[in-house]
Amino acid sequence: MSLPLLRRRRTNLNNLFEQFWPYTIDGLSLGAIYALMALGYTMVYGVLRLINFAHSEIFMIGTFAVLGTLHLFGMPSNVSGFALIGLLIVLAVAGAVASGGSAVILEYVAYRPLRRHGASRLAALISAIGASLFLQQLFARVVIPAAFHLPKEKGALPIQGHFVQKSDAVHIGSFELSNDRLIVIVGAVLMMVLLDVFVERTKLGRGIRATAQDPETAVLMGVNIDRIVTATFAIGGAMAGVAAALYMLRFEETRYDVGFLLGIKAFTAAVLGGIGNLRGALVGGFLLGLFEMYGSAIFGSEWQNVVAFSVLVLVLMFRPTGILGESLQQARA
Amino acid sequence: MNNSSTDPLTRVRGAYSSASDSVRDRWSDAPGWARWLVYLILIVVALVLPADGIGNVMSPYTDWPTLLFFPIGGYILLAIGLNVVVGQAGLLDLGYVAFFAIGGYTMAVFGVKFGWSFWEILFAGVILSALSGIILGAPTLRLRGDYLAIVTLGFGEIVRITANNTDYIGGPNGIGGIPHPPTLTEWMIPENGFFDSLGLGGVSPFKYGALDGKPYYYLMLVLIVLAIIFVKRLENSRVGRAWASIREDEDAAELMGVPTFKFKLAAFAIGAAIGGATGVMYGSQAVSIIPTNFPFILSATILAAVVLGGSGNLPGVILGAFLVAWIPERIRGLAEYRILVFGGVLVLLMAFRPEGLLPSRRRKAELAEGTGGMGTMGAEIGGPVTVTAGEVKE
Repeated sequence: MSLPLLRRRRTNLNNLFEQFWPYTIDGLSLGAIYALMALGYTMVYGVLRLINFAHSEIFMIGTFAVLGTLHLFGMPSNVSGFALIGLLIVLAVAGAVASGGSAVILEYVAYRPLRRHGASRLAALISAIGASLFLQQLFARVVIPAAFHLPKEKGALPIQGHFVQKSDAVHIGSFELSNDRLIVIVGAVLMMVLLDVFVERTKLGRGIRATAQDPETAVLMGVNIDRIVTATFAIGGAMAGVAAALYMLRFEETRYDVGFLLGIKAFTAAVLGGIGNLRGALVGGFLLGLFEMYGSAIFGSEWQNVVAFSVLVLVLMFRPTGILGESLQQARA
Repeated sequence: MNNSSTDPLTRVRGAYSSASDSVRDRWSDAPGWARWLVYLILIVVALVLPADGIGNVMSPYTDWPTLLFFPIGGYILLAIGLNVVVGQAGLLDLGYVAFFAIGGYTMAVFGVKFGWSFWEILFAGVILSALSGIILGAPTLRLRGDYLAIVTLGFGEIVRITANNTDYIGGPNGIGGIPHPPTLTEWMIPENGFFDSLGLGGVSPFKYGALDGKPYYYLMLVLIVLAIIFVKRLENSRVGRAWASIREDEDAAELMGVPTFKFKLAAFAIGAAIGGATGVMYGSQAVSIIPTNFPFILSATILAAVVLGGSGNLPGVILGAFLVAWIPERIRGLAEYRILVFGGVLVLLMAFRPEGLLPSRRRKAELAEGTGGMGTMGAEIGGPVTVTAGEVKE
């Protein structure tokens, strides 16, 4: 009984070495999406010390905004070249506006009242879980059936949205890079650089960093905390919206709970890189994507998520502040 | 926003708060015999609770005794266990369902494959889940706060996915044909006017069959009462004081000579054991279990029950678990919208009363001080701090 098991293991390890580049590219493009989502977690955590559990639903709303925009364009299929880049920018903007907007509303409804009363973070976490459930069910039962003219019981089914003509952008020997994966990776890095410049160079970015470091002193120095919190949610949400556009490009389908596992992984990526650290989110996202794909190459794809969480546990055991450390705020006690 | 005292939301909150405070103060001033009287009344109420008359009001859509066993009874027991970890020791555990799953699978594997009886398995399940709590806790309990939360969340997912991927325990199809607990006695509640009027005449409370949910409910009730006594005794012991000190300030506790790691591990193991016992109970009634019985959302729901009721206060936690289990079943008439409503209610209740429905006095004091075990949110905009350590102004 153990012999076939051993044999399967071995071929699987060979599998990784034979198909090293495809797994690496897949890992990086998956990691790019984790990284963009991780930004939302890491920024909100940096400022509020709150796991924004409903961030996964913010992402989900983004994917549906992207789908809706595609419908506005009459569901084009097989777009390629510059038209694809143009369309993708429109989709990313649509996703960013929808996600950013709903993140701001979420903060206003679910977190601001708690913040006013100085509630414990645990209460805020429960509120976040409640908001997450509410938004998921709202889409599954009301929004999706109404928007796509489906019977009510089919709101939980995945919705397809194919629009890209996939082709190989780069092809050297065994190294193949398809255009969608390339766009996802480049797009994520680009957004990351933009955000980094924004946080480091602008006045609002300085306010965010100040609030993350020491809210009380920031208030005394004239920082309007409410504005900073709103901005943090808007930016984090917008990043999730861009991630949603890239996700739709790459995976071409979405459903009401698409964000759940993705959200947990993205939070894992944020912790992996060092929570509160924007560059850490990028590193954590890419590393997690790579670990997952290599892990699923070796152990089989059904163990992909177990690999991801095991990596997290190991990293936290040996370097609890994450790979790059916590930097948007002071290290926590 | 709602800071003016004339605004209705603030007034409602104030009224509720003073009402629940006066109940709590009266309780703490009550003499011993009065407390025992209340305990007695509560037990009698719990015993007649499965009666049909109550069921028709409480649960018109599903079988009330079965509902009382699970989710209501099960959630209460799970919440009591999670309260040890979250409410007493202040450790945020988002993967509590893992221990419930380990208990359930212990029942299934030992019952189906080895033919053990329920009572042996209950013992084994408690030991095994406590062990798994220690195995999870030993490497991770050096982490704090949210890191611990995310690691436990990961552990919960690992347990579920492993169950899903392991052929020996049935993979995604789970295990079927789990035996019921052996019948203790065929004794029947006499069918006379008094018991018939309660709807309990002719019930065999110690005969665990496939149809009647009442015997399982009574078994669950016994476990709940045992768990309450056990946890309450712990709370007032050296262990409970150590947990409170860890929850309030771990560094200070360590400096004062409290072996924090050992006590955190103990909290994890005890919470896990109670979760495992619930799992064994659940498996013994459910006949078959599959990995999707143990989703993350169950961990979140139990945590919601603990926080909703008032983390750290047993009556509050039990009330919270009852509401969280019962409300979605009661509004089954809303069919597909019930989880939607549940999510909305959670958000509203946290905005209305973030310290929970029945917080303990000590926890309330901690929250007012802004320590509250888990701390407050970072960018909180409070007024000037008027509270000195150790006393609370309301």
